[in-house]
Amino acid sequence: MNIYAIIAIFKFEMSRTRRTLMQSIASPVISTSLYFVVFGAAIGSRMGQIEGVSYGAFIIPGLIMLSILNESISNAAFGIYLPRFMGTIYELFSAPVSYIEIVIGYVGAAATKSLILSFLILITARFFVDYQVLHPVWMFCFLFLTAITFSLLGFIIGIWADGFEKLQIVPLMIITPLTFLGGSFYTIDMLPPIWQKITLLNPVLYLISGFRWSFYGISDVQVGTSLGMIMVFLVICLTLVWWIFKTGYRIKS
Amino acid sequence: MNSFKNKGEFLQPIISVKELNKTYNNNFIALENIELDIYKGEIFALLGPNGAGKTSLINIICGIVNPSSGTIHANGYDIVSDYLKARSEIGLVPQELATDTFETVLASVNFSRGLFGKRPNPELVEKILKQLSLWKKRHSRIMTLSGGMKRRVMIAKALSHEPTILFLDEPTAGVDVDLRKGMWEMVRELRENGVTIILTTHYIEEAEDMADRIGVINKGKIILVDDKNTLMQKLGKKQLKLHLQSSLSELPAGLEEFNLELTNDGIELIYTFDSQSKDTGIVILLRKLNEHGVYFKDLQSSESSLEDIFVNLVRNQS
Ligand SMILES: Nc1ncnc2c1ncn2[C@@H]1O[C@H](COP(=O)(O)OP(=O)(O)O)[C@@H](O)[C@H]1O
Ligand SMILES: [Mg+2]
Repeated sequence: MNIYAIIAIFKFEMSRTRRTLMQSIASPVISTSLYFVVFGAAIGSRMGQIEGVSYGAFIIPGLIMLSILNESISNAAFGIYLPRFMGTIYELFSAPVSYIEIVIGYVGAAATKSLILSFLILITARFFVDYQVLHPVWMFCFLFLTAITFSLLGFIIGIWADGFEKLQIVPLMIITPLTFLGGSFYTIDMLPPIWQKITLLNPVLYLISGFRWSFYGISDVQVGTSLGMIMVFLVICLTLVWWIFKTGYRIKS
Repeated sequence: MNSFKNKGEFLQPIISVKELNKTYNNNFIALENIELDIYKGEIFALLGPNGAGKTSLINIICGIVNPSSGTIHANGYDIVSDYLKARSEIGLVPQELATDTFETVLASVNFSRGLFGKRPNPELVEKILKQLSLWKKRHSRIMTLSGGMKRRVMIAKALSHEPTILFLDEPTAGVDVDLRKGMWEMVRELRENGVTIILTTHYIEEAEDMADRIGVINKGKIILVDDKNTLMQKLGKKQLKLHLQSSLSELPAGLEEFNLELTNDGIELIYTFDSQSKDTGIVILLRKLNEHGVYFKDLQSSESSLEDIFVNLVRNQS
């Protein structure tokens, strides 16, 4: 194992975060705070409790998921797209670094950023609402698996993208709508029956549901199902990454 | 003088390319049946016109482009099946200027060293940056540097992981003349320390100055590989220039057997001959000129440069 290479990639990526602190950390924290102000304090105060949880607290897991999905994807996508775009990727392919080490470096850095970010959001949330975490270990597991899985997805997007717009398309056009429709702000039994069925097709629902369970012990679907779904996404992403490196898709001529 | 000159048949090449072919996705055949051995400690210059396939060949050896068929060994390791071991000794300065624009010089160089699995070595990095006149700029972001400096950053990155085989793909493109000299001095020093160097350059004088051996590639095929000195002897033409006492309007009859040319309004006569042939014909020429009443007041001889040789070779092939 080329440990120095993994460290080098990891450090390089983290220093990019430090350079773009506003964009990578501050802006998600600010936008999440806005959600708390609007939905938690302003609107939430007029809403009743949901299964014994105040509305402000209820939306925390969904908001964290919203950030973590978007940030994991865009950080990882940008991390690998940038060297492709600038041509510096030659160095990665001329170095004695295995594909596994490359993935650990880039995906590890992106996932780490997401984890840091979600803890910042948790702390920020404290200023607005009171909340509890019933199962902290499970909460961390969900966060960790989600961060890794969606950083992998971002890595794949960063290799697939051939322009800056494409980097933005997936988070903007797919992930954000799915998160909003995946029960960030409501439980699915608030929906008409037909929409409840359709919502079950939304993969993000399973992430939010499981994550919310780790906070309050309430969930839309079985926790085991949530965990299973994350594992399925993880395996799909790992397979895609493996295929990319095996075939040299879009990275080697 | 040159360590590799002692090479015998028994010496293992440090890079060995066998039956290499490369066809790009657009069906363009960039390399055809390349056979090439490079020996430890030599400076090997790869020459060829634009689009000949030099960069393709280097990029394949370094792992950036996939070969279509054929095998390559570096330091005894197959570059595909044993790529981790093969690459750990290879440094590359690619032709395209590609740098981590937003990073500082120091961070970028340290990154390269890490990537090659080497533990941090601040003293070495300092030495390299000083040698390349980049030390004062170590905390500057790369985007603030000039093109020549960026090129040197790329060299520093390649040297930072102490390669024993170094590929320089047009390293002096866009670098000032005096800095170019400094770079070549460094290349020589690396060679003294046992580093094998493979370079391509547009400036043939540089190859003529630096290289131990020269390979000429054209249209994806290697048309010749030889010791530089042998090459210049073998293919070099010599010229004898006679400054006549009085100008001639045309060559006197009876000298057709000689390759003669009148220039400079008939006051100079140039005789081109093969430097290899046993009989240069000079003695007979001079006697015949005398017989025809052509007298000269001065003469000088010159050898063709590598550039002349190169142009001739490529022209003959096409
Ligand atoms: N990725 C690629 N796809 C298709 N053709 C390529 C690619 N890279 C290089 N070529 C072609 O291969 C030929 C050799 O290019 P190159 O190796 O860069 O030559 P040189 O370095 O000798 O100038 C050129 O005609 C070039 O257009
Ligand atoms: Mg080239």
